[in-house]
Amino acid sequence: MHLHKYEKIWLTFGIGALVIFLIVLGYGAFYKGTHPQSHGVTIDQNNIESNEAFKPENLGLTKVDDDKYIINIAASAFNYDLGKDEEGNVVKHIRIPKGSKVLFQATSKDVIHGFNVAGTNVNMMVEPGYISSLEVAMNKPGTYTIVCNEYCGVGHHLMYATLEVYE
Amino acid sequence: MSNDEKKKANHNEEKSDLKGTFVSVMILGVFLVISWIGAFTLFLSR
Amino acid sequence: MELAKKMKETKLTQELPISKQESKLYMSYISVAFIALLIGGLMGLLQVFVRSGKFTLPFGIDYYQVLTVHGVILGLVLTTYFIIGFHFSLMGKTVGISLKQRRVAWVAFWIMVMGTIMTATTILLGEASVLYTFYAPLRAHPAFYIGLALVIIGSWIAGFVNWSQLAVWKKAHRGEKSPLLAFMVTINTLLWFIASLGVAVAVLVQFIPWSLGYAETINVLLSRTLFWYFGHPLVYFWLLPAYMAWYAIIPKIIGGKIFSDSLARLSFVLFLFFSIPVGFHHQLTEPGIDSTWKFIQVVLTFMVIIPSLMTAFSLFATFETTGRRKGGKGLFGWFKKLPWKDVRFLAPFIGMLAFIPGGAGGIINASHQMNAVVHNTIWVTGHFHLTVATTVMLTFFGISYWLIPHLRGRKLTPKLNRLGIIQAIIWTVGMAIMSGAMHIEGLLGGPRRSSFSEYGGGEQVHAWIGYQMAQAIGGTILFIGIILMVFIFIKLTFFAPKGEEDFPIASEEEDAEPTPPWFENWKLWIGITVVLILAAYSVPVMDIIQHSPVGSAPFDWPIGR
Repeated sequence: MHLHKYEKIWLTFGIGALVIFLIVLGYGAFYKGTHPQSHGVTIDQNNIESNEAFKPENLGLTKVDDDKYIINIAASAFNYDLGKDEEGNVVKHIRIPKGSKVLFQATSKDVIHGFNVAGTNVNMMVEPGYISSLEVAMNKPGTYTIVCNEYCGVGHHLMYATLEVYE
Repeated sequence: MSNDEKKKANHNEEKSDLKGTFVSVMILGVFLVISWIGAFTLFLSR
Repeated sequence: MELAKKMKETKLTQELPISKQESKLYMSYISVAFIALLIGGLMGLLQVFVRSGKFTLPFGIDYYQVLTVHGVILGLVLTTYFIIGFHFSLMGKTVGISLKQRRVAWVAFWIMVMGTIMTATTILLGEASVLYTFYAPLRAHPAFYIGLALVIIGSWIAGFVNWSQLAVWKKAHRGEKSPLLAFMVTINTLLWFIASLGVAVAVLVQFIPWSLGYAETINVLLSRTLFWYFGHPLVYFWLLPAYMAWYAIIPKIIGGKIFSDSLARLSFVLFLFFSIPVGFHHQLTEPGIDSTWKFIQVVLTFMVIIPSLMTAFSLFATFETTGRRKGGKGLFGWFKKLPWKDVRFLAPFIGMLAFIPGGAGGIINASHQMNAVVHNTIWVTGHFHLTVATTVMLTFFGISYWLIPHLRGRKLTPKLNRLGIIQAIIWTVGMAIMSGAMHIEGLLGGPRRSSFSEYGGGEQVHAWIGYQMAQAIGGTILFIGIILMVFIFIKLTFFAPKGEEDFPIASEEEDAEPTPPWFENWKLWIGITVVLILAAYSVPVMDIIQHSPVGSAPFDWPIGR
């Protein structure tokens, strides 16, 4: 089989570019730990309270340390349960100071959901039986919409919350 | 024309023949690389 | 001498006449595709209207029901029927079909139609608003899954007929290489069969017993993994028929020759190898799959880009060689010599161009951690409206302009050709607006698969809605394109003047290098494909099964059942 000289150069360039892409991705993933979220941690979706993180009192925002937070989310059709505030009102809006490290932990009580802090890299599938988790630094101030981005039923588009990163 | 010469002539013709193709695919390749770098930059900045 | 004579013979293109009875079979498949285009297109129009925020569906129709119809009827029905009709036409033309094979092909057709009607009915009754990916534990009516299984089984039978067509031909032509198009059809049907085994297992073993209540729970992650084992090769099953036309038909239309028979075959073999063991790149943000295995499949995904790089070169080379022979001078003079006023060329050519941003987007989607930027945003919708809805569709339209009149004993008139060119331009403009807006909105975080919502307001959401307006405009233009295409289809089928339209099959150059005989080593190709699949999937699937959480009970109420 004969390859034209120009085709050889072209394929070398093309394949070379792909190899470089993979090296960059692999370096980021394996050495810098920027893998997409995959921890394989399981949970009983029929009894998520059995896991400390998803007890009703632990849902929503918890301050762990200066500039370190955990946000636990119980997703169900068609709601993100972010716990209740001191007055007993349902939380739909979370505020975090700029520069904080935030660990997001989410699980589903029923069907498959998505969890995307729109405009950031916090983008996870949330599936019954598994805990999805991702730690990120929130460095850009602003108000972000949290959307369910995997179809979960007739009210899918009504499943949201907001996250504010303040200066 | 000797066999060798023939080969050479063929080769030259072949080379000039596909110059446009080469330039076209390289433009395509550069487009792929630029868009990938763009998306990667966006990933890093978020 | 004897050998040289034989070589020459094999280089001639085989072209067999297509009988009336055959035409009827092929046209039946293709007609279903065009009916699907009209219905599915209408659903698409309703969706962009709803998402603009200015329109509400009447009679309490649910957005997600419309979305399910759109995805199933365009992604599964239109594509599969058109492709099978096209496959049969190519096989009939190059290797022939026997009476018995034709009968079995009809059985395949009716099984598929039965399945399609079953599935469509459940969706229309609102019993299956689960979208075309039907992710568990949302549960549709059992008839939805049974219908899907029938469509798959029907498509397998059609594929088996294709294989037997080639086998019969090879028996009669010992030692000869198979016609290029027959080779390609065989690769694509093999790809389809091996890939759809995954979804068939999911449907038959997991979904049907569970939806009927015989199994109480379902392993959600396993079902998703089986789906995406099928879901990625599915898109290649759509793409390869377009590649067939680009490699072996377009050269004839532009008055040229096949650039390289061997390289065309090589790229198809590579597609068979690398389009299946890559499903994880659709599951990159899943919690339950090990990230190292995700990365391994990302690497394999990048391998499947290589045959497309080869294809790009072959196509430009065909264009340049042909253009130069017609007197094109300089670096790009050949470009002007291409038949721009022939819709049979123009429509697929625009399709090829659309595959450049389509491919670029695809590489970005599959880039492991970078997938978080775009996963499940409407960028993805924009991406596959470039690839399948532009690249593949415009090529299918381009094929229809000669295939339908050829099968119906009619002519593509200059007037219809002009209408076709207008159609292709409308499609291009509409898609550029719609897909462009989807790409940008996606990068801003706008979700796909969602009805109109203000998500509690905010700047981000305002920006999204602006782009959704643009999508409504683009979508409306596209719908005009669909109406025009259906009109052309009806004209070509029933009203175009009687005559003989050419079935364009390109031949090789007189002095082309012979194709190595090892390309016919099907056992080797299948063997390598299976080994790659096992390598990419066995460990992670075992892991998914062994470390699975408790199974999921079905959920009916979220989809309004």
